[in-house]
Amino acid sequence: MVTRKTSPAKTKRAPRARSATRSRAARAQPSRIVVLVATRKGAWLIQGDTARKTWRLDGPHFLGHIVSHVVLDPRDGRTLLAAAKTGHLGPTIFRSTDLGASWQEAARPPAYAKAPAGEEGRAVDHTFWLTPGHPSEPQVWYAGTSPQGLFRSEDGGATWLPINGLNDDPRYRKWMGTRQDGTPDGPKMHSIIVDPRDLAHLYVGMSGGGVHESVDRGQTWEPLVKGMEVVEGFDAANLAFHDPHCVRLCPSNPDRLYQQNHCGLYRIDRPSDQWVRIGRNMPQKVGDIGFPLVVHPRDADTAWVFPMDGTTVWPRTSPHGIPAVYVTRNGGSTWQRLASGMPQRQAWWTVKRQAMALDPGDPPGLYFGTTSGELWMSRDGGRRWSSIASHLPEIYAVEAAQVAVRR
Amino acid sequence: MNILIPAPLRSYTKTSRVDASGATLAAVLFELDHRFPGIRFRMIDEQDRIRRHIRVFVDGSQVFDLQHRLHGSEEILIVQALSGG
Repeated sequence: MVTRKTSPAKTKRAPRARSATRSRAARAQPSRIVVLVATRKGAWLIQGDTARKTWRLDGPHFLGHIVSHVVLDPRDGRTLLAAAKTGHLGPTIFRSTDLGASWQEAARPPAYAKAPAGEEGRAVDHTFWLTPGHPSEPQVWYAGTSPQGLFRSEDGGATWLPINGLNDDPRYRKWMGTRQDGTPDGPKMHSIIVDPRDLAHLYVGMSGGGVHESVDRGQTWEPLVKGMEVVEGFDAANLAFHDPHCVRLCPSNPDRLYQQNHCGLYRIDRPSDQWVRIGRNMPQKVGDIGFPLVVHPRDADTAWVFPMDGTTVWPRTSPHGIPAVYVTRNGGSTWQRLASGMPQRQAWWTVKRQAMALDPGDPPGLYFGTTSGELWMSRDGGRRWSSIASHLPEIYAVEAAQVAVRR
Repeated sequence: MNILIPAPLRSYTKTSRVDASGATLAAVLFELDHRFPGIRFRMIDEQDRIRRHIRVFVDGSQVFDLQHRLHGSEEILIVQALSGG
């Protein structure tokens, strides 16, 4: 299927940042940010200017589709992949090589192999997560699905094959669980990470099922869960009880990863295999439960989270109805509240695990989208926030990508 | 035979009705996919199961088996079955 984009909508202006210094790289090659917003009813590409001051809504793309993730390929700066399905129709991948001006459907979307006669086979319900491959493999992409499966494309997203070393490993089949396990709309394979130093070194997060590592490009996998806690009363030795929500590798120090888990915030410094719960240092009245987490592109000590209420029946809203981002600038030893510009009361926001992002600017721009359809942005590392889009459908994922400015 | 295409799949066919042939429902769907690449997987999963919110009727009767035999003069209705927001 080939589709054309629809007309742009409105423009909003973000407040001026106090520190608007631009990096040398940015001065050398003019660039701007496009925020890729995936929602339950379609996708929007929110086009920024070179100063990240004004934003133009380009969309909807795939109106009515459940879009789980839209990702720009940083290796060419123009290819987009979108993971989509509808309430009626099966899952697919759309691909654009012109920044969303036109889209082509994958010839073979992620799908399991046909099961032998008499066996009940698995079927992909939706592709949840997309990750571009290593820079040395420009046509490679990875996809995580629900029910949980890991897939790879070696032709830029046109055709996909299952990575059977994970999908068919009997241990992993047990840890992945069934449709009844994991999140309300099915368990998720997420946080697919490719080590920038080594294309064969991969990490994934499984909700549920834990964090896992491969050093042979996905042929074999081993758990990486030591130090991670599980819900009280359950046995942490059973991988099925682990529920990482979001795992991020630090680009400036690929041996450091941060994790937002169902049971707290963690950091690991490889080659250690021990996660450390850095969320204990969060204010007690806020806690360290949430879904998204982002890391600074150039400072491995800096990470941002969006805490949510994980008490009682798990409301998964901003604690006490007062939303805030928290930042650490020392690897999780201390955390500071960042909420200037956000509502101060009765704001019961939920931000999903893919719905927080940052751009590579200096300082990085921070973005998050709420399930109530608002997109918020900060140009000064989180000190001040403003809404740059509202009234969108439920936001599932946000990515901020740098694209070249056309001369 | 004549096939009614539901609105969510008309981005593939560009029309609400198409003609196709085949000795079974499976064969008809493969012919559709040959002409409109990708359309089959949106209706049928990789285990050859009709997706949860898709219904297929042949001459007014719901069909669940892709091996359902056809004679060539039937009317096939493909419909979406989902409600709520």
